[in-house]
Amino acid sequence: MVVNSVHWFRKGLRLHDNPALQEALDGADTVRCVYVLDPWFAGSANVGFNRWRFLLESLEDLDNSLRRLNSRLFVVRGQPTDVFPRLFKEWNVTRLTFEYDSEPYGKERDSAIIKMARNFGVETRVRNSHTLYKLERIIELNNNSPPLSFKRFQALIQRLELPKRPLQTVTVEQMDSCPTPVAANHDELYSVPSLEELGFKTTDQGQAVWKGGETEALQRLHRHVSKEWVGNYWKPHINVCTLMASPSGLSPYLRFGCLSCRTLYYRLRELYMKAYQHTPPPLTLFTQLLWREFFYTAATHNPAFDRMTGNPICMQIPWDKNPEALAKWAEGRTGFPWIDAIMTQLRQEGWIHHLARHAVACFLTRGDLWISWESGMKVFEEMLLDADWSVNAGSWMWLSCSSFFQQFFHCYCPVGFARRIDPSGHYIRKYIPKLKDYPDRYIHEPWKAPESVQRGCNCVVGVDYPMPMVNHAETSRLNIERMKQVYQQFSHYKGLSLLEVVPVIREQTESSVPKSSMSHPSCNDGMVSSLCLSLSHRKRERPIDLHCSQGCSQPKMQCVGLDRDSNRPLQQ
Amino acid sequence: MKRTKRGDEEQEGVGGGGGGGGGGGSPDPGPSEQRKRLRGEDSEDDAQPNQTKDQDVDAEGDERVPNWGHLPQEILLQIFQYLPLLDRAYASQVCRSWNQAFHMPELWRCFEFELNQPASSYLKATHPDLIKQIIKRHSNHLQYVSFKVDSSTESAEAACDILSQLVNCSLKTLGLISTARPSFMELPKSHFISALTVVFVNSKSLSSLKIDDTPVDDPSLKVLVANNSDTLKLLKMSSCPHVSPAGILCVADQCHGLRELALNYHLLSDELLLALSSEKHVHLEHLRIDVVSENPGQQFHTIKKSSWDAMVRHSPKFNLVMYFFLYEDEFEPFFREEIPVTHLYFGRSVSKDVLGRVGLHCPRLVELVVCANGLRPLDEELIRIAERCKHLTAIGLGECEVSCSAFVEFVKMCGRRLSQLSIMEEVLVPDHKYELDEIHWEVSKHLGRVWFPDMMPTW
Repeated sequence: MVVNSVHWFRKGLRLHDNPALQEALDGADTVRCVYVLDPWFAGSANVGFNRWRFLLESLEDLDNSLRRLNSRLFVVRGQPTDVFPRLFKEWNVTRLTFEYDSEPYGKERDSAIIKMARNFGVETRVRNSHTLYKLERIIELNNNSPPLSFKRFQALIQRLELPKRPLQTVTVEQMDSCPTPVAANHDELYSVPSLEELGFKTTDQGQAVWKGGETEALQRLHRHVSKEWVGNYWKPHINVCTLMASPSGLSPYLRFGCLSCRTLYYRLRELYMKAYQHTPPPLTLFTQLLWREFFYTAATHNPAFDRMTGNPICMQIPWDKNPEALAKWAEGRTGFPWIDAIMTQLRQEGWIHHLARHAVACFLTRGDLWISWESGMKVFEEMLLDADWSVNAGSWMWLSCSSFFQQFFHCYCPVGFARRIDPSGHYIRKYIPKLKDYPDRYIHEPWKAPESVQRGCNCVVGVDYPMPMVNHAETSRLNIERMKQVYQQFSHYKGLSLLEVVPVIREQTESSVPKSSMSHPSCNDGMVSSLCLSLSHRKRERPIDLHCSQGCSQPKMQCVGLDRDSNRPLQQ
Repeated sequence: MKRTKRGDEEQEGVGGGGGGGGGGGSPDPGPSEQRKRLRGEDSEDDAQPNQTKDQDVDAEGDERVPNWGHLPQEILLQIFQYLPLLDRAYASQVCRSWNQAFHMPELWRCFEFELNQPASSYLKATHPDLIKQIIKRHSNHLQYVSFKVDSSTESAEAACDILSQLVNCSLKTLGLISTARPSFMELPKSHFISALTVVFVNSKSLSSLKIDDTPVDDPSLKVLVANNSDTLKLLKMSSCPHVSPAGILCVADQCHGLRELALNYHLLSDELLLALSSEKHVHLEHLRIDVVSENPGQQFHTIKKSSWDAMVRHSPKFNLVMYFFLYEDEFEPFFREEIPVTHLYFGRSVSKDVLGRVGLHCPRLVELVVCANGLRPLDEELIRIAERCKHLTAIGLGECEVSCSAFVEFVKMCGRRLSQLSIMEEVLVPDHKYELDEIHWEVSKHLGRVWFPDMMPTW
């Protein structure tokens, strides 16, 4: 029987470590690599210029790589549900492969396509490679509910074997065994569209700071081989340089799958072991990758993960609706140079450092403006290259103290925090050139500069640069109170704790005893109510930290106790 | 077949017995809508309740099976107390007896009005029909009332509107809570005051009053005192700019039962503390002071040590909670002498020097939160606090720096009495003795439980 494969690229825009693509090639007679894109949708979708540019560059790069393997990429215009029936018939397709998508929207889309394929007699093969682990395994291990604290998540990961090793990249021999039929009018029908074709004006856009594509991703990965880089990846020192886009930054490449997370994982591991006399690396080396994994796990069964209402893990907080204030924040007109510089960098380049994300997210939500995290999430979705649905929503919930249990006594100060990281205002001067002549002393709070100084710098606050939109001291006082109100409802705590904590959910403590695997029903729906219950008897204690058994432990302790006990060869 | 019939009966039942309770009793659009939903619930529910219903029908005449309509009111009341309002409203449409239960005074003692506008809030509001219903039928039952108001002026106005209609009731507790921005402050002062004084004049037995961030003023406090001086126990009025030190002093002078008080520092005076510690006055339990700078470079007055001493003598167990939102250079007058503060929150950056003084002058300190500090580590300051503040049980550090070994030393000195320890990971600076990975182990050992620093997502 003839096997005509189609591999459907969505994320995972790469040829290395691409198990679903390998499935497409496996014993096939022909193979076509497809990307489905709706140009009509492009203008209206909540995705900004930089993200489209990055995507198109990645597709361009993929097409080039496929050319070198005597193949091509087919960028098909339309919606998947319209496109595939046509392609199935036209190309006489017998096998469809794609990477597993864990997000609720993606799962729904994929199950429709799988059903459709079945009706056409097309076999589908789906493989996991966007995350290190199969998320369902982690959930299963946690008594069938996603872990809701990072500590708990780490503890579960400790109990898993290492992630699967990355697969080799696709070779020319492989491709030659299942050639791609390329028509003479391929470029006319299936070329990668230009930004103009999608309706973007490219004239006033600067050079891309982040160049999309697998080639660039692998270059970045291999550029840094030093011990210092590993050390820095592991425990980054924060200073003004870290705020700038780094030539070794990888997060956008992970988001689009130009780089496999498993390839990165093993690369880090290898470098670490080389640098530290073959010691197996601690889990903390992979913290960044694990955060990503954590949010994917938390979101996979929760279609309302990106909303407050109807989202069982999200606290209902009485956020203000204030479109005007939101616009000031999004457009970098808050009057706080630090916040405005970050939002400008985000708009121009599509990436900001995680501490910068914390700063602007805190400012928008619980810190100053008291505006819903959902609004902030949407702005990030438009502009942030590495914004993935799960990770973006999850991080916003985290930073706005809407879920995932953390204390909320502390808000980032838009002046003090900036001064710590960037004392001379280098970062601010770069992104807000209007303020470049301000003396260091006033660069973080220009409204305090005497008028003569303001005139001397050619930037008068209130005229050339906005006055601060809020009094931070006053609003942070109000907002701390608001937050306490929200949580006191749940805790019935009448006392004076200043260290109020986002409360814990009962399943956390219960499931911290490993393998009490009496089939707990999925806690997802009853979460808020169990939250109330658990609070009625445990008022203000710290969540898992106080109660967890050795199940929740960090690497160091893990080496000492748990790992040997459990007899599991985590560290080879 | 039976089920449909049953449904019809129910519908008739509501039509007959529902009366006022039917439509207005619930925040939903109309009775017919609710009936539909009620029936919908019936059919959607899992087997258990259906079965009961069917039995109920079958058993008409069979005395062994209880008739739910004949449940004694006391028992119904017990059950209703566990139900949210909406469910009670649905239940009220089942039969006459349940409808009567719905209106029992006991169920209306406590009510929270949620006043939100769709344009300014994501949360649902209490339905206007329900509000009318409550004012009409239940205002004399209300005792514990709170208003949650979003950021819009309309909502604050609506709250005042309701307040001014509460003429028949005798409230014990009243809370005006702005959930987003202080919207009561945007109302015309006279409008707010006249609404609030309606409650003050009519209630006569107010014991708890929470009116933070409102334009309450001295004359209205006088009205409060004139009518409720014997009963007032709790008064929270942080950030009420129209009240003067004399206004609050009048409250303290007259209301001898006052046990909890929250106000801003500018209202705090030696006279106030002496009034609160006079012989006639009960022991104070909580005093919360917000120290906020209204304008940069503001000079703050000082409180005499003798006044604090009088307070401690009179109320040896009282909690003094202080929230500071000051610039570093405004701390000059604070912590120069011993102060009986128990809970300290520094919302903005606070200097090493001030924290050093805290260690020297706050022997009663129980909880300490430092949100931010300069760039130099807080090592000696923390150690001194551990040494001198023998009651310290909780500490939180935000944007500060502490060397790992000083932190371990601090925890070791405090030991297990530290029940709450929230330290951001970035706070701890590795040194020659400890790496970051080692510290949680060391700290856990001294605390006698597993401890980790707080982490923020790297994303």
